[in-house]
Amino acid sequence: MRTSFLAALVVAAALPLPVAAAGSDDNSLTVAFAREMDTLNPYLNTTREGVILSRHVWDGLVHRDQETGDYVGNLATGWSWVDDTTLEFTLREGVTFHNGEPFNADDVVYTMNFVADPANGVNPQRNVSWIREAVKIDDNTVRIITDGPFPAALEFLSGPVVILPDTYFAEVGPEGMATAPIGTGPYKLTENVPGESLTLERFADYHANGPKGTASIDKISWRTIPDANTQMAEMLSGGMDWIWQVPSDQAERLASTGRYTVANESTMRIGYIFFDAGDRYGDTPFDDVRVRHAVSHAINRQAIVDNLLKGGSQVVHSACFPSQFGCDTDVTRYEYDPEKAMALLAEAGYPNGFEIPFVAYRNRDYAEAMMSDLAAVGITPKLDYKKYAATRDQIQAGEVPLAFMTWGSYSINDISAITSVFFKGGKDDYARDPEVIAALDEGDTVTDPEVRKAAYSRALNKIADESYWLPLFSYNTNYVHDTNLNFTPTPDEIPTFYGASWK
Amino acid sequence: MPRFLLKRLGLAALVAFTVSLISFSLLFLAGDPAVALAGEAATEEDIQAIRAQYGFDRPIAIQYMAWLSGAVVGDFGESYYFKTPVMELIASRLPTTMQLGLAGICFALLLAVPLGVAAAIRPNSLIDRFALFVSVVGQAMPTFWFSLILIVIFAVNLGFVPVSGTDTWRHFILPTIVLGYFATPGIMRLTRAGMLEVLRADYIRTARAKGLHPVKVLFKHALRNAAIPVVGLAAVQLGFMLGGSIVVESIFALNGAGLLAFESINRNDFPVVQALILIFSIIYVLLTLLADLLNAWLDPRIRVA
Repeated sequence: MRTSFLAALVVAAALPLPVAAAGSDDNSLTVAFAREMDTLNPYLNTTREGVILSRHVWDGLVHRDQETGDYVGNLATGWSWVDDTTLEFTLREGVTFHNGEPFNADDVVYTMNFVADPANGVNPQRNVSWIREAVKIDDNTVRIITDGPFPAALEFLSGPVVILPDTYFAEVGPEGMATAPIGTGPYKLTENVPGESLTLERFADYHANGPKGTASIDKISWRTIPDANTQMAEMLSGGMDWIWQVPSDQAERLASTGRYTVANESTMRIGYIFFDAGDRYGDTPFDDVRVRHAVSHAINRQAIVDNLLKGGSQVVHSACFPSQFGCDTDVTRYEYDPEKAMALLAEAGYPNGFEIPFVAYRNRDYAEAMMSDLAAVGITPKLDYKKYAATRDQIQAGEVPLAFMTWGSYSINDISAITSVFFKGGKDDYARDPEVIAALDEGDTVTDPEVRKAAYSRALNKIADESYWLPLFSYNTNYVHDTNLNFTPTPDEIPTFYGASWK
Repeated sequence: MPRFLLKRLGLAALVAFTVSLISFSLLFLAGDPAVALAGEAATEEDIQAIRAQYGFDRPIAIQYMAWLSGAVVGDFGESYYFKTPVMELIASRLPTTMQLGLAGICFALLLAVPLGVAAAIRPNSLIDRFALFVSVVGQAMPTFWFSLILIVIFAVNLGFVPVSGTDTWRHFILPTIVLGYFATPGIMRLTRAGMLEVLRADYIRTARAKGLHPVKVLFKHALRNAAIPVVGLAAVQLGFMLGGSIVVESIFALNGAGLLAFESINRNDFPVVQALILIFSIIYVLLTLLADLLNAWLDPRIRVA
């Protein structure tokens, strides 16, 4: 554990010094992120940092209230389903873009029609592929036509689908939007040093009655610092006000100094094990449901959560994150019971266990904990640990019998962003269960929420009964910031600074 | 001399070409670039579209020829990740790495050569022991560890210098020390060994016997001869430094070419990795060439060889 040892050293050595916060004097905030964004254009960005930036610079038609989970109007003030495929929006009046361009129906129509065209290469396509077109009814009324019934539309409209200024965008194109982004959001981007820093300034003309409220911090310095130890050193030297994704042992040490507030919040990312149940890989012991049940009983998920993930993580039992729409958590549960696992293995004809390749790409320590649990019941996993791209490649080619993977759903709070991705017969689906596929198809295309819930519940129950996946645990992240900063983390793993303020 | 020059140049070009060929083919063993490009949430259709868009479905030989014909005119295509021209991207990152590399090699030479000379003049003395200590520590200490120690002492506790970033020259002090110190042991040991050998030579005794000033003997007669292998080594070390240090650039948040190379490998950003490997190897080849020429100038015997 090289990093935690060094972290201990950094913290211990730096303890005696009192340090002033970087930005409380001039009402600015300095924050660090580890990764450099690919592009600032919100429709081409594939990083979480990009999602976070997008929430500050742009607005969607609707907004999801993090406390209640309800959708509230943002650039729209009201909406209704005209029919299964038509959503009508009444737009907010008096909103302007950062460059002074007034916001109206033309912006919505232009944005929707631009992103809906696959030729414009929006990435990921999933965010927009459900949009057929948008039609202007009058200056403040717009209809969005979906490509078939798409009940999760509001979730996407509250997240990745943000509204761009039509006049400016037509002028500068996607490249211009990437270098000098313009939105309606609470912060405008005033400086961009690629790979090093971004400067965001409070947008004075922001529509204050919107759900994002009135921002308090005047200026945000957004720095890219790849090394976690350096981020901590910056915190300790007073050059930084806020960092996140701090490993739990380091966060505990920082908290013990009393100078920092450490907040832990769960994220939408879950870990899972999948089995080659549908014979994609070939003949494996996992063709027998008893062996899949045995593995499910053999792994002590609670112990991994308690000792390794810690914080707000919890064991999950369904193939989705509990807050997601349609995520029925009342499914068959497999308690930790190695005796039962061994009995099941013996019953299935493997009294002495077996050897099997085991693929993983992240959290090697968790993978190793699972391997020792499996070894205890006689199964010998051969760990094949490599980069995500190579792993996903191999999985989609059907070359993996057993793997530990994770999925963050891109913070989409709807089960169609996870279960439907993996169980509808595509390249990632190792179960290929027609019953599950049919149930998910129904859930993805019906607009009645109760019918959707029932359909998803059928799918999740079948997945759990058959142990196509062993859902493991939800991830969490540690936010560390100056004690004088008011900051509230949210479970969607999208930190927003327009709600932050200095005490 | 012209024949010597021509031979070296031809060899250099051949090395660069071979490197480009190897790097190009190696990268295709690292997984499907289309999957990496599409991002985690991508569907199969996304991946297919990207595969066709970037021409990954073409035979590798054709992809290589297309790339090489662009590369010779400085067109390395577009970065998959940033969607901007690779050359622009690299041009924006190289200056940081260059500054750091040059500062690092200057620091290393200024520390290593005087120390090496001093150690050779008085072998087994206290100063020789000290030089040995410096070089052993330099060789044994991992860069990330040394970087963090310096940060903790000089940036966090004493507040003399900033922790990370590139805003001012003060931001470059710690990384220069770390990078330079890493090159110190080799240069110093070589200087010491060379000086020891030269100082025993007959012509030094003659020079001394003639009554020349000891300083003149030391620097004009001895160091010039002892420096020949040091020049070669320093050039190689500079080559390493201009290739960027992943660790130093990452820890000090210097947005240089080394970090770009590392991150690009993680992102399967082929055009950037290929261009960087080629550029790094050309820099390296040029520096070795320069070292050869310098040596030939310093030592006429080499020119004939």
